[in-house]
Amino acid sequence: MTTALGKVVRTTAFKLSAIYIAVFSVFSVFFVVYIAYSTNVLLNQQVRETIGTELVGLSDQYRVGGLSALIDVIDQRAHQPGASLYLMTDADGHILAGNVSHVTGDVAARSGIEPITVTYHRSETDSAERTALVQVISLPGDFLLLVGRDIGEREQFRSIITSALAWALVLMIGLAAISYLFVSRNVLKRIDSISAGARRIMLGDLAGRLDIAGSGDEFDRLAESLNAMLDRIEHLIYGIKDVSDNIAHDLKTPLTRLRNRVEAALSGPADAARYRATLEATIEESDQLIRTFNALLSIARVEAGSTDGGMTEVDASAIVHDVAELYEPVADETGVELSVETPESITIKASRELLGQAVANLIDNALKHGRPDSGQARIAVSTAKEGNTLVIRVADNGHGIPDADRERALQRFVRLEKSRSQPGSGLGLSLAAAVARLHNGTIELGDAKPGLAVTLRLPIHWVDGAKSS
Amino acid sequence: MRILLIEDDKETAAYLSKALREAGHVPDHAPDGEIGAAMAADGGYDVLVVDRMLPKRDGLAVIEELRKRGDHTPALVLSALGQVDDRVAGLHAGGDDYLPKPYAFSELLARVEALARRRRPDAAETVFRVGDLELDRLSHTVSRAGQPIPLQPREFRLLEYLMKNAGQVVTRTMLLENVWDYHFDPQTNVIDVHISRLRAKIDKGFREPRLHTVRGAGYMIR
Repeated sequence: MTTALGKVVRTTAFKLSAIYIAVFSVFSVFFVVYIAYSTNVLLNQQVRETIGTELVGLSDQYRVGGLSALIDVIDQRAHQPGASLYLMTDADGHILAGNVSHVTGDVAARSGIEPITVTYHRSETDSAERTALVQVISLPGDFLLLVGRDIGEREQFRSIITSALAWALVLMIGLAAISYLFVSRNVLKRIDSISAGARRIMLGDLAGRLDIAGSGDEFDRLAESLNAMLDRIEHLIYGIKDVSDNIAHDLKTPLTRLRNRVEAALSGPADAARYRATLEATIEESDQLIRTFNALLSIARVEAGSTDGGMTEVDASAIVHDVAELYEPVADETGVELSVETPESITIKASRELLGQAVANLIDNALKHGRPDSGQARIAVSTAKEGNTLVIRVADNGHGIPDADRERALQRFVRLEKSRSQPGSGLGLSLAAAVARLHNGTIELGDAKPGLAVTLRLPIHWVDGAKSS
Repeated sequence: MRILLIEDDKETAAYLSKALREAGHVPDHAPDGEIGAAMAADGGYDVLVVDRMLPKRDGLAVIEELRKRGDHTPALVLSALGQVDDRVAGLHAGGDDYLPKPYAFSELLARVEALARRRRPDAAETVFRVGDLELDRLSHTVSRAGQPIPLQPREFRLLEYLMKNAGQVVTRTMLLENVWDYHFDPQTNVIDVHISRLRAKIDKGFREPRLHTVRGAGYMIR
């Protein structure tokens, strides 16, 4: 039971409701106290003014008409409905006129211009002790005149305010309970559904996604973001799975070859020249393995986004120009015409190293696989600015890649049948694709008619953290 | 040349020490970061070879500490990571060069020697001379036996780097890093073709070649 209660207390709905109650209570108490206080002050002032006016009037009566006139006026006023309190005594304390039979305390001693609060009885038979605000003055001839107003109604007013406050509190608790029910039912239910969805996915349902209610509110937006994150994670997990599959396939094969060669050398005759040849071949093969392994690791890191390769403001045209220049002698030597067209400098936030490597891979690829059967082999490298997009294009005039194979060519280790005999790890294009993604861009294999055209499109301005999957 | 090798793997350390000794250097070995830092602090080394991940104290921390004390002994950082970010971190900590594992010994040796050479005063000279081959860094001119040789800007930088390290092996990756400022593996023999073009310009028609290929390692001007 206590744990169930604790669970309720820990919910956001409960906490929110508690905060509502606290805040509104403080406010309403403040307002009620403020109103009560101000009203009290106002009423007090009115009573004082009334008393003061009556005293002035009665004093005038006395001065003009003498004692008898005053007594008459007092008697007359004292018996009107809602009358003030009057009491007139002589020097010995005998009551001469008025509607008050007894005043508690020595009033005579407290005569003056300031009203005072006293308790009194209306008549000898009236046992109720009432409260009044009175002012006492002494008239010539040692007469004492007391005028006052009963302030019992103010007590009544106070009790009304108090009960209003109590009602307000009850109402607020009721509203808080309703808001608790609303929040817990509607809002927290959505959060619970998201938690449940997340748990389901954690239990292994990687393809599962969070429900979207379709109302387009914050919870839908949250669920959409989380789903996008899940897409990305799923993509990465399959990426890792791909890597391990590929490692198993494409790294184990050369490792086995390596091992077999060394084993064969050991079991054969002990000949220094043969050993040497085997060792040299072993070094060469292990270098190629290391190269493949490095390429795989950098692709994995670039794809996971765990490296940004040192993003800075760079001139993409200068990078393309430099890399093309790096390959130009090789192209020249192998009889390929390499042309570079970089009409303007294009500043982009990118990793010089990774972008350079991507372009190098594309040119390398074109040099290796982009040769026509006859005629002059040509590779055209260019940069262009299309609106907010940097376009880097590497096109050859070789055989190209058939439509059906293009998607596959971007995957790791895929070497299309024709190029199996050529050296290379089969990772060049997939690294370029990973670099494009890291820069929030795309890579596209197209038809250069004839030949293959690889186009990298990178946004020139992009916000960090807005990487698409 | 006195070299301090801070490396925790015993086998690698023994192999490197032996190879460095065979190359005519005097290597000392420290098996962890603390001992390494203490030995480096004693000074007297021409080059430090520091593994990045070491027991007790990180390799980069050792270098950083030395630099804070004003010790600028050149340091080569060895690392299994080898990514761009790690290289930047290594150089930022005060390392002078960065070599990702696995590496060929010839690469390590060439880099260690280049680092040591950088400290010598003649590295800042404006005119490099190797025999009758002359390169003027201010006027950007190259001549051999008094005959001017016109070079493309990149060829000039290639020759400049080779001549700065005259008499020493310069590897292909060192050339790619220092002349083109790229650290990736170009896969194709791009550097070799650049070298053969340069060779055609500076050695063709002369009896004695200046630009030599060092088999399995790289190139050398002498």
